[in-house]
Amino acid sequence: SRDSSSRGDKSVTIQTPGEPLLDAESTRGDDRDDNWGETTTVVTGTSEHSISNEDLTRVTKDLEESTPLECKRFIGPALGGCLSFFALITPLAFLILPQVLWRDALKPCGTPCEGLYVSLAFKLLVLLISSWALFLRPPRATLPRFFVFRCLLMVLVFLFVASYWLFYGVRVLEPKEEDYRGIVEYAASLVDALLFIQYLALVLLEVRHLQPAFCLKVVRSTDGASKFYNVGHLSIQRAAVWVLDRYYNDFSVYNPAVVNLPKSILSKKMTGFKVYSLDENTTNNSTGQSRAMIAAAARRRDNSHNEYYYEEAEMERRIRKRKARLVVAVEEAFTHIKRLHEDEAAASPKHPREVMDPREAAQAIFAPMARAMQKYLRTTRQQAFHSMESILTHLQFCITHNMTPKAFLERYLTPGPTMQYQQQSGRGRQWTLVSEEPVTSGLRQGLVFSLRRLDFSLVVTVTPLPFLRLGEEFIDPKSHKFVMRLQSETSV
Amino acid sequence: MSFVPGQPVTAVVQRIEIQKLRQGENLILGFSIGGGIDQDPGQNPFSEDKSDKGIYVTRITPGGPAEVAGLRIGDKIMQVNGWDMTMVTHDQARKKLTKKREDVVRLLITRKSLEEAVKHSKGSHPRQ
Repeated sequence: SRDSSSRGDKSVTIQTPGEPLLDAESTRGDDRDDNWGETTTVVTGTSEHSISNEDLTRVTKDLEESTPLECKRFIGPALGGCLSFFALITPLAFLILPQVLWRDALKPCGTPCEGLYVSLAFKLLVLLISSWALFLRPPRATLPRFFVFRCLLMVLVFLFVASYWLFYGVRVLEPKEEDYRGIVEYAASLVDALLFIQYLALVLLEVRHLQPAFCLKVVRSTDGASKFYNVGHLSIQRAAVWVLDRYYNDFSVYNPAVVNLPKSILSKKMTGFKVYSLDENTTNNSTGQSRAMIAAAARRRDNSHNEYYYEEAEMERRIRKRKARLVVAVEEAFTHIKRLHEDEAAASPKHPREVMDPREAAQAIFAPMARAMQKYLRTTRQQAFHSMESILTHLQFCITHNMTPKAFLERYLTPGPTMQYQQQSGRGRQWTLVSEEPVTSGLRQGLVFSLRRLDFSLVVTVTPLPFLRLGEEFIDPKSHKFVMRLQSETSV
Repeated sequence: MSFVPGQPVTAVVQRIEIQKLRQGENLILGFSIGGGIDQDPGQNPFSEDKSDKGIYVTRITPGGPAEVAGLRIGDKIMQVNGWDMTMVTHDQARKKLTKKREDVVRLLITRKSLEEAVKHSKGSHPRQ
């Protein structure tokens, strides 16, 4: 319901008996019949438990961060770990089982076997170390669908080892094969094949996407902050994880308090008039009405750009003024303390100074700058990101590391990347991947997907990198010759 | 051909009348000029005095109206249709030569060989 005191508009008062017919504020009381329902202000009983929009979002954020640690995160790596353990144990089992079961019947084998033992041992060691280095890492993200390459490789390894066991069972265990050298060679061939599978895994999982092939443009939907990245051939979900890794470092933190245009400027266009259709035959043509309204509003002389410009200039001036006050206050505050060296303490026993640890020193100098800091944060709308406690901690940190006031202020003068404001909770961040194509398909030209969070989203557009045709031109170093330029010459 | 600032310039000049040739939309004369008070006089290959900022003829199209009329490369243009060319900018000189309404330009040009010819003739035929 609109406020009845908007300037220049018709206002209406609801009459109660006993009051004068026309209030001092209302104009043209005879028009009341026309629009008395439109501009009345009705006061309903407000409930005592009201939640603002900000509170709502904060509650949902807290909820998501307090969900219990998902076990789903660890299923993939656990499965992979079991499989690789199984695969590594297999050659040893192949060697040990005949020794244990039918040791006496085995033909002894001499030096070739020993060579095979040594090579087997080293290959297993290499497999172990490289598996640890490459694959035993805590997972950084859970993907919505299966990671195709990883599944492929796990299936491959499983089938491989299973078929080796099958052949082993049929050819060696059953007939109790006596040729031990053959068994050792069999085990060695398995280890060779495992090494090659690991090479395949390395190439598919780690190397293939290193060569850049696509350019991704990432735009944040709320304030238009954008970046361009080069990636290689990835599936959509892997590219999404890649982009999010970079997002936390490169994009300045999302500040919901900074909106594009204050509503006071925009909404001035919409007040003014209503459109009435006097023709009784027409059906309710609402689009026609709104279009007529917009057209009429556009034709009116519109000064909102002017107001926007002046408001921007004013805001900038205010920020600069507060920033100047803050810088001066911090500089002054830092002059109050200095680091105590050990020889100084011993050298002046006559004037004992009060010795403080960093925390106390920070608290001592925080008081004079607190007010300037608070006002500055409020003007730049950053007060939600920095609590007094965090500022004190940062001050203590800066004092401990001998930083100048400028280094201390670096954190507050520019909005830093999102990473700077993360609290280290183990729950992780929830992002939703929105895409029209199945997320395991690879990147290709013209693909668009978006990564949505509660209050904003990142829209990613894919374009392929251009093919470069590099030509060659040879310049003889002796061919660099110069002459003086003649004056300008005009032909008539 | 050098001048002393403040003193009137004296030179032996030849009168040349060039008929402009119509080529499509333009009237052309068939030569190129260089020099002017806004140009660097040191780069002028045709002037004797390297501080001379006058307008010189730098190129002549063979068979063009200028060659036919007797203009030669290296000539210094002193006047065009009565307009002085010794103290003008390059652009002003161009404008005076390329007026669309004029079909004919009458130039007063000077060159070193003219001086020598006069001296020679003076020497051989002393005047009273």
